[in-house]
Amino acid sequence: MVYCIGHSIISPLGEGSQANVQAVRAGRSGLKLHTDRFADVEPFCASLFDTPQEFVPLCVRSVEDALDMAVSRLPLAIGSLPETIFILSTTKGDNLDLLTPAQAIARHFGNPNPPVVVSNACTSGVCAQITAKRLLDAGMYQHAIVIGCDLQTRFIVSGFQSFKALSPEPCRPFSPDRQGLNLGEAVATAIYSNQQSAISNQPSWILEAGSIHNDANHLSAPSRTGEGAYRCLTDVMAGVTPADIDLIGVHGTGTLYNDDMETVAIERAGLQDVPKSVLKPYFGHTMGAAGIVETIIGLETLGKGTFIKMLSGFGGVNAAIRLTCK
Amino acid sequence: MQVIHDIEITTTSVLLDGKTIAVEQTGDKLLVELYRRYVGDYPKFFKMDTLSRLGFIAAELLLKSQEPMANSQQPTVDAVILANRSASIKNDTDYLATITEGNYYPSPALFVYTLPNIVTGEIAIWHHIQGETSFYILNSPEELKPIVASTLTAKHSTALVGWCECSKQDNFYAKMQLIWRN
Repeated sequence: MVYCIGHSIISPLGEGSQANVQAVRAGRSGLKLHTDRFADVEPFCASLFDTPQEFVPLCVRSVEDALDMAVSRLPLAIGSLPETIFILSTTKGDNLDLLTPAQAIARHFGNPNPPVVVSNACTSGVCAQITAKRLLDAGMYQHAIVIGCDLQTRFIVSGFQSFKALSPEPCRPFSPDRQGLNLGEAVATAIYSNQQSAISNQPSWILEAGSIHNDANHLSAPSRTGEGAYRCLTDVMAGVTPADIDLIGVHGTGTLYNDDMETVAIERAGLQDVPKSVLKPYFGHTMGAAGIVETIIGLETLGKGTFIKMLSGFGGVNAAIRLTCK
Repeated sequence: MQVIHDIEITTTSVLLDGKTIAVEQTGDKLLVELYRRYVGDYPKFFKMDTLSRLGFIAAELLLKSQEPMANSQQPTVDAVILANRSASIKNDTDYLATITEGNYYPSPALFVYTLPNIVTGEIAIWHHIQGETSFYILNSPEELKPIVASTLTAKHSTALVGWCECSKQDNFYAKMQLIWRN
């Protein structure tokens, strides 16, 4: 079994998972119009840190915050253990370099293992948690520190503007008149362990299942039939029924294609009556962080129960995980 | 884990299952030569960045351009799991050139390839693989092995895996295998 024993979110909405949950509960959004953040770039609506952040120190802060939570369950210096692997989910890393920052983070905590970077477009944050589960289930490591982080740059914003994918105002996922997505910045960390002692008879979130599938039919837009997302949902639903699912955290970027595709996939999987959450209007699309930010908010909002997080992204790739806490 | 086929592509050579495939061109033109010889009818190839062309051609040679193995049918691929050291840096650099200050014309055609996992998507589309596609950034090909071993379960038994790297123009290296879990 793979248990979540600590987590952290640092975003423009607050420092720490609890601060972010409270901000979402209070209906606060990090989205606002930015007119002069990057040279040449047209005004855009996004959730950005007031002060530009440095990638590695920001990730280190998040890992420290998550370790503070984990140490109450497992009184060990988890970061430095040879039984611990660091996994980073990012699409653009620190100024286009993805591995060097991961190495710097692992080195900061004195970890001896080469870190793994997962770069699977928007799905990276869910895929990184699946990689953690596989490595822990296989007994290759005992603990995984899974970090998701992306910071917005002139590179990314100009590219999304060239796609005409950005909404000029706060996004409206699943609305008939939605106009596109908003970008966002965040870092999130989830610490997983396969050590039974870490749960010490407390209610604990168990990462039960994970699945990744490609639509194999279009590069820049998800499948109209939601094939990859549908297959991910049916995989993670193995052994449970729709009545067992308390909440589905959907991707809900607010683009025409994505929200249509997710709707189709959810209906095909028979999950249309399960409550859904969409967090992009609060955080924007935080790219490599999204899968971890949105998983943590889902777990903290539910408290107990069964949660599915799904994502889809560029390259036709889709991913989903199911977690249960009883 | 059993290797069904193995390919190595450098800027000057192609080695399939240990046998040299004779080529005339070098560098980026080598990939175009291989495309013309082994594919030829997928013009979208010319829109791809070099990383995608490299992985696409390597996958094509692994899956299509040879006699099926004795006593086995051409396998259905359940997963495409690739890795490299420098992500999509070559194409990222090309995109950056379109947004220089004073000459700002961001190219959507280049931006679409500024993610390393796009190559896995291109392979999945062409071979209609609806299984897993994953891309990892690692320090060495050795580091991919435990990841692949933990991925290949009963559900994913046949996979296209390996190293697919392009750090700058005319500088690439692929070492990929078609494997199955036995």
